Amino acid sequence: MDLDALYQEIILDHYKNPHHRGLRDPYEAEVHHVNPTCGDEVTLRVHLSGEGPDAVVEDVSYDAEGCSISQAATSVMTDLVIGKPLSEAMSVHEQFLSLMQGRGTVDPDEDVLEDAVAFAGVAKFPARVKCALLSWMAWKDATSQVVAHAKPEEAS
Amino acid sequence: MDGLLPELDVIRKDFPILQRTLADGHPLVYLDSANTSQKPQVVIDAMVDHLERHNANVARAMHQLGAESTAGFEGGRTKVAAFLNAPSRDEVVFTKNATEAINLVANTLAWAKGPLAVGEGDEVLITEMEHHSNIVPWQLLTERTGATLRWFGVTDDGRLDTSNIDELITERTKVVALTWVSNMLGTVNPVAEIARRAHEVGAIVLVDGAQAVPQMPVDVQAAGVDFLVFTGHKVTGPTGIGVLWGRSSLLEQLPPFLGGGEMIATVSMERSTYAGIPRRFEAGTPPIVEAVGLGAAVDYLSALGMEHVRAHEEAITAYALEGLASIRNLRVLGPLDASLRGGAISFEIDGIHPHDVSQVLDSRGIAVRAGHHCAKPAHKRFGVQSSTRMSSYLYTTPAEIDALVEGLEYTKKYFKVD
Repeated sequence: MDLDALYQEIILDHYKNPHHRGLRDPYEAEVHHVNPTCGDEVTLRVHLSGEGPDAVVEDVSYDAEGCSISQAATSVMTDLVIGKPLSEAMSVHEQFLSLMQGRGTVDPDEDVLEDAVAFAGVAKFPARVKCALLSWMAWKDATSQVVAHAKPEEAS
Repeated sequence: MDGLLPELDVIRKDFPILQRTLADGHPLVYLDSANTSQKPQVVIDAMVDHLERHNANVARAMHQLGAESTAGFEGGRTKVAAFLNAPSRDEVVFTKNATEAINLVANTLAWAKGPLAVGEGDEVLITEMEHHSNIVPWQLLTERTGATLRWFGVTDDGRLDTSNIDELITERTKVVALTWVSNMLGTVNPVAEIARRAHEVGAIVLVDGAQAVPQMPVDVQAAGVDFLVFTGHKVTGPTGIGVLWGRSSLLEQLPPFLGGGEMIATVSMERSTYAGIPRRFEAGTPPIVEAVGLGAAVDYLSALGMEHVRAHEEAITAYALEGLASIRNLRVLGPLDASLRGGAISFEIDGIHPHDVSQVLDSRGIAVRAGHHCAKPAHKRFGVQSSTRMSSYLYTTPAEIDALVEGLEYTKKYFKVD
């Protein structure tokens, strides 16, 4: 069992020194996601600017508790999505998702995934895939809440 | 080492899985028995023999195989009754697992008429150290009936806090439900004393024996409780079967739980009448081969002697507590005296998440559990979100504890924590 494939240096670095940690204002949506099997949890806020095709991820802030994989994945995710147009951030999310669900058969594109390529090894440990995806799922959920509320016909 | 089961090597050979090697040739070090126990060959053989030679439905099949299958199934009930020193085999109800057994009692108390009925103004008393399966059914019961849920707290050293027992057990208390041995803290609770206090106010007492029945002699009459539940797969038996033992005088007052075949006396289109205990609570085809396996399992434990199993657990637990104490920045959650606790030891290590601990241990063939162990309130009580848990059983050796301690030192080195 190749532990080093799972615990890449990049992952341990992000775990020890997480980026963009803490809950910040302003934000349009806040979600709380848990992994019920292990208890890992994340509270995550999303701040978008612009609408529709012009939407940009201005900030993602979070308070999280969990294992090295889930904490590092959260940190790497914020690096990848903050400052990007929403459509581009979503496509990064999809690439990361397919890497994680690929059981080690997907070749990651380093130009798109940057530090997140370090998670390629996680895909070979099925029990840990959920750890790597926890905050990505929270981000997607929060983002879709912001987008849904931004639509004028659904504004309350 | 005093207290270990004699001929431990021979006992280990009874469990085929313990001969396994895992990835990279590591021998299995199985320290997750509080999660599920391993199975001796005699249990596996009893189940295979039943399926190969005696399989038929029970009670209703009038042919020879039906009679053999019924004898095997009911034999399991007789063996379980003897194992618990139950006054009557009719007091042993087979369920799917311990969780279903607790839900059976909690639901039928909500539906009961008469003195057992739980309603507005009544109180149900549990503890902060319960497994979720002994919390949620009582939350559902009290939410549905308007009764109030209360609980005992836990002391800083992981024991049941009974300092406010006079305020908690009152004439309003209808049910007291508590675990005998905590699956997270390992604490052994004073169930006989709690039962005595509860009975003074007329409350009924349900004990979760999921961790106690595998590890120590359990005599339901001596304990003086009203209901006791446990699960087959933690006593070297199969999954898919649990046990509810209840005093017949109480079981007889409870209405049916699930409706269906086998639980009736007669059925017309307008109404039905119900079978006596235990069949009133066993709707549908029961876990037949599982009952055969469970019977073989409790026979196996009886042959070893539960007092010897308990002595073994205590010796191994003391040795493990000593080993864990040698690791810097490791904190055990729960009592530190092996005589006051069972064989599950939860701990945390500064700077390493339990998932990462168990992942590294697994790479060395050591199986432990990481997470909240279905005891989130107990973790919250100690200000932690999750923990790593090692749990020994009758087949655990001191060498396996050494492997764990070495594995934990390696884990700390791997994650570069002191």
